[in-house]
Amino acid sequence: MKIAVIDYGAGNLPSVERALGGLGADVERATQPEQVKAAHAIVLPGVGHFGAFVAGLRERNLTEPLRDAGKSGVPILGICLGLQAMFSSSEEAPEEYGLGFFSEKVTALPTNVKSPHIGWNQLRRVRESRLLCGVPADGYFYFAHSFAAPGSAAPTVAACDHGVSFAAVIEQENLFGVQFHPEKSGETGVLVLQNFMESLS
Amino acid sequence: MTLARRIIPCLDVDAGRVVKGVEFEGLRDMGDPADLAARYNREGADELVVLDISASNQGRGTFLDTIRRVAEQLNIPLTAGGGIRTMEEGRAVLLAGADKVTVNTAAVRRPELISELSQQFGAQAVVLSLDVKRTNGSWEAYVRGGREATGRDAADWAAEAVNRGAGEILLTSIDRDGTRSGFDCEVTAKIAQTVTVPVIASGGASRFDDFLAVFTAGCADAALAASIFHLDTHSIAELKRFLAAHGVPVRRMENSKTVSRVRSESR
Repeated sequence: MKIAVIDYGAGNLPSVERALGGLGADVERATQPEQVKAAHAIVLPGVGHFGAFVAGLRERNLTEPLRDAGKSGVPILGICLGLQAMFSSSEEAPEEYGLGFFSEKVTALPTNVKSPHIGWNQLRRVRESRLLCGVPADGYFYFAHSFAAPGSAAPTVAACDHGVSFAAVIEQENLFGVQFHPEKSGETGVLVLQNFMESLS
Repeated sequence: MTLARRIIPCLDVDAGRVVKGVEFEGLRDMGDPADLAARYNREGADELVVLDISASNQGRGTFLDTIRRVAEQLNIPLTAGGGIRTMEEGRAVLLAGADKVTVNTAAVRRPELISELSQQFGAQAVVLSLDVKRTNGSWEAYVRGGREATGRDAADWAAEAVNRGAGEILLTSIDRDGTRSGFDCEVTAKIAQTVTVPVIASGGASRFDDFLAVFTAGCADAALAASIFHLDTHSIAELKRFLAAHGVPVRRMENSKTVSRVRSESR
């Protein structure tokens, strides 16, 4: 199974590639629209600024192929900023559009808590999750972000609280997203990536 | 559901080896960075910090290689730095596999370095390394490995760095570093209450009680130590068991063990 890891020019890709490769995935770094069109599954990792992220996708002509892939049933896993880009827009760059798979808006974490939300946190399960299959209820995941999609967003299967309830894990048919970094979350993170890969077969 | 307090081992690296400064003796070799990284990853460290303490410029290439070798061993976050002067050097550290880069002396000289790195890589990737020394009831920021005073109030500089886009503060008490007399909870609490980003306390760790104190009285979000972990005098698992028993939220490796069991049973 070939998994395309989207390279938009600023992400720390080796750790994601290493984690997927360690689970037996055939990982290809994708910078071209053709690679996205040919992918059986897509991982969309992201760190940094929402505006730079969607601009990076646009400059590489990856935005439309990604939208098409998502609509045509190709499994996509968004990680951190990659999850945020699956929504319609973000307060971080109000002039930009996300991929728009989900209509909700990404907003800044509230000012009454420390931001960025950096560190290991637990999840609150909202409904049955494929990605979290076998993950203990008290398992910890590593987060590093200042913006988040609302916990009330339609595809939320697990939320996390940091001043506000936000979407930590989203799932809807072929679309998956995690606000934490599974590639940096020890054994629990490996299990989430493994569950994503098992959902492909 | 609570954000866990982090335990972070630190590797001071010189010429590709982990070293520890020893009074009157110079540097003592503590092992291979990749070996130590693999061990801490396994033992439940929440993150790893690797600092280049080599005085020479030739060390830079070796250090990037060390970051690559260390990153390969980890499935936890990696922070790296030491002597980062420019945007390009910061980028090289991140591209070598670090998730975050620390800046110190160069950022005091030219604070725009923080803004530039933050705009390019995000606040979560930029850590201000802040070395402080107590002077007349207040704390002053020091640079060049604690050798040079800046004349700047530590809290003021921390606040400016955060405004410019630093996403975390790695706060080292020069007074306590290497003394084994415990973290400076007073300055940690002061900085933690001044800034809106997480604060990692460093310098002086010796006993389990020191960690408990810095997470309670010191309001720290994370605590960093080097030699007490390298020397096997303290295991991370035991430290976390102690902290959990005293009500400090920590990530326990027991959770992962549960995962393994569930995984094998489901096969």
